[in-house]
Parts: sequence; C-alpha cells; structure tokens
Amino acid sequence: MIDVKNLSKSFGDHLVLDNISEHIFPGEKVVIIGPSGSGKSTFLRCLNLLETPTGGSITFQGTEITDPKVKIDQIRQQMGMVFQHFNLFPNMTIRKNITLAPVRTGLMKQEEADQTAKTLLQRVGLEDKAEAYPNQLSGGQKQRIAIVRALAMKPKVMLFDEPTSALDPEMVGEVLDVMKELAREGMTMVVVTHEMGFAREVGSRVLFMDGGHIIEQNEPVEFFAHPKSERLKSFLEKVL
Amino acid sequence: MFQSFVNWMDLIGPRLYRAFIEGDRWKLYLQGLGTTLELTVIALIFGVLLGLIVAVVRSAHDQQRIGRRNPVLGILNALCQIYTTVIRGTPMLVQLFIWTFVIFPSQRNKVLVAFIGLGVNSGAYVAEIIRGGLMSVDAGQSEAGRSLGLNYFDTMRFIIIPQAFKAILPSLGNEFITLFKDTSLAQAIGGAEMLYYASTIGGRTFDYMPPLLGIAAMYLSVVIVFTWLQGKLERRLRESDRR
Repeated sequence: MIDVKNLSKSFGDHLVLDNISEHIFPGEKVVIIGPSGSGKSTFLRCLNLLETPTGGSITFQGTEITDPKVKIDQIRQQMGMVFQHFNLFPNMTIRKNITLAPVRTGLMKQEEADQTAKTLLQRVGLEDKAEAYPNQLSGGQKQRIAIVRALAMKPKVMLFDEPTSALDPEMVGEVLDVMKELAREGMTMVVVTHEMGFAREVGSRVLFMDGGHIIEQNEPVEFFAHPKSERLKSFLEKVL
Repeated sequence: MFQSFVNWMDLIGPRLYRAFIEGDRWKLYLQGLGTTLELTVIALIFGVLLGLIVAVVRSAHDQQRIGRRNPVLGILNALCQIYTTVIRGTPMLVQLFIWTFVIFPSQRNKVLVAFIGLGVNSGAYVAEIIRGGLMSVDAGQSEAGRSLGLNYFDTMRFIIIPQAFKAILPSLGNEFITLFKDTSLAQAIGGAEMLYYASTIGGRTFDYMPPLLGIAAMYLSVVIVFTWLQGKLERRLRESDRR
C-alpha cells in the first residue's frame, strides 16, 4: 500500500532519516517506537509529505507521491493524520471542524457531511459536542474529535503521530479505545507512540527506530519477548 | 476674575467668530473632515487588500517545500519585497510628491492622487502587520488543514486568516490612527482635506491659531472615539475565547 524506498531526510547538515526502505501492507497496524530524536515522527510525516524527503521515493497505491508533478492534496485526502497536539481549529465548532475538509474538497455536500459527522461523533460518544468549540473540551475529547475529523475524509490509511503523548494519563485510555476499535475494523494504521501496551495489543508489526534507521522489527509478541539488538534491549529495559 | 474673563472673550471672541462662523466657515471644516475620513477609510481598504495580497504571496513563498519552489512565486515575492522596502524606507511626503509631480503631473484631482499615495503607502505597512499575524498562528494549524487534503488557499481562508485576524486587529487599529493623521500630508499636494481648509481660512483671516487648534481638537476627538470603539471590539473578540 505504501512503499518507501531509500528514504532520506536531513535538516541542514543533520541527517534524520538515513536510507530507509519499508513497505506497509493494506490492513496492517504498524507501530513505530524509539527514543526521541530517532526520526520516527519525521518518518511518519514524510509519508504524507508534511516533510519533504531529501532523497528516495514513496509510493502510495501505485502513485509515486514524491514526484513533484503529483497533486499532493488529492493524495493527502486519502491519508488521515492525527497529531500529538490535536490541532483542532479553534475558530470553528466541532461540526465545522469535521465537515470543512469533506465539503471543501468536494467529497460530500454539506448535509451529507453533517450526517457523517453526527454518525462518527456518536461512535466516539461525543454527539452532544457537535456545536461546542474545541477549547471547551478536554484533551482526550479533543483527540477523539481529531481522529473523527480525519476519518470523515474516508481515508485509506491513518497516520498517528504520538496521539497520546500530550494527554493527561487518565485520558489516554479513551483515545486508545477509539484507535483499537478502528484497528478492529481493519483500518490500515501507522502509529508512532510510547504506549508499549498498545503496541503489543494492537500492532501487527512493531518497528524500532534509532538514529534515523529502523534497527529492528518483528511481530509484537516476539518483538517484546526476544529483542535481538542490544540497542532495543536497553531501550525496552528503560521503558518497560 | 469675571472681568478678566470678559476681557479675554472680547479679545478671542471675534477671532473665533472669524475662524468658524463668518461666512458659514464651519461647513468647510466639516467638509474637510469628510474628505479626511474618506481618505482614511478608502486608503485603508486599499491598503488592507494590497497588504493581504503581499502578505499571502510572501508567506506562501516562504512555506514552499524545498526543491519545489515555484519560479512565478519567486518573482512575485521579489516584487513584494521591493515594494515593502521602498515604501517603508522613504518618507510619506516624498512619496506623495512623487505621485503628484512625477507620476500623475496632469491629474487635477489631488484627492484622488492622495488616495493612491496613502493607499500604496499603507499597504506596505499592513502587509507586514498581516504577515506577522499569519506567522503567529501555530504551524500545526496549517499542517492539520493540509493533512486533510485542503489546498493552500482554503487552509489560509478558513483556518489561518480567521485566527490571524484577532492578532492583527490591535496593530490594524494603530495603522488606522496613523493613516488618519497622515492624511493631513495631502494638504501639501493640494488635497482639500481638513488641514487644507484650516490653513486657507487662517490665511484669509490672517489668524492661524483658532483654525489650527480647532482641527487639532477634531483630529483628537476622532482618534479618541476610534480608540474606544477598538477597545470595545477587542473585548468582544476576547470574550469569544472564553466560550
């Protein structure tokens, strides 16, 4: 589904991603872990070109999106993204937050988008917040809305950039629950996270990144039970 | 005490009469005030439109992805930069003289020339104000918009500009006040605004003090009223934050 070939990214002289090749298959839930500064967020942000790679190519469903001629807006419409800091639009109601993109990109008419928003909000138990503004909500609620907002575009893949890192501990659960449900429905997901429990439970594959490389990857049980590289062993000792 | 007041009124009364009442001269002041306000408002609208275009071009240029720079945008950006640099780096009065005597020497309607001169001048300042406002909006907002597949202009229009507006408003109010007072420079090119009438009347009556103090008071009152309105609007906008 997403094919990454020899991806490199540097900020000035600083090489953040060093020649990464990876393939993400439909329906997979790929969880990326690693210490901060390892390049995992940059890798994720390269997938929808929020960061422009300095080398290599990314192909999404047969389209090479790193080609400058590709209409990136159309590609992004098929890739949902959830951010660490939610990034809801504070100047709009929740309903408008959710319906803006589907309506403006011509995916839906306003009534249809409103209906979709209503259904999605019911799914995450926030249907009564449709006319509220983002700053009236808690962090956990905001992040659930952010997920819903991305889902309203009917994406083929969802990218999560540390979705629970900015949350109070007691709110992490409600967001993870939504993500787990999404995983059960078969959504293709790429998740950068520090939630090892989530990685173990939901991930179909776990990648460990450090220093701009994917050091090790495996299915979650084996990954956590028998880490092979020294780097991963010491990382897991510290975080588990 | 009372006698001295009467004496003073005896002295000043005829001067006030000549400056404001004789020959219905107060109408001229009001006419001048009308032109001044017209100049301010139209120049500001012109300036805001021009400034918005310049600000959007410049921030669009700065936010381009590396390796995908659009050459047309590059040229536009350079033009915008030259514009803001030249306009902000030269005195307003010099600019007005250049518009009047170099660019439109045969234009008889000096108020029209003043519209252009003031509008172009204010555009450069407003551009920087708006650009600052656009930059003050968290980068995550535009990332969120773009990640949903919205194009650059929709992201600006629905997400960034409405949020930037609140940050821009106080500086835009200051720009309005500056512009309002700077319209008096139009007098130097023969634009019939408040100062023009005041100095004409001063010349005709051989007495400059009453008309000049009079229009100073008029400028001051308008600025005070406007500042009050601005404060009110800002308070209302802040209230919507506390929703």
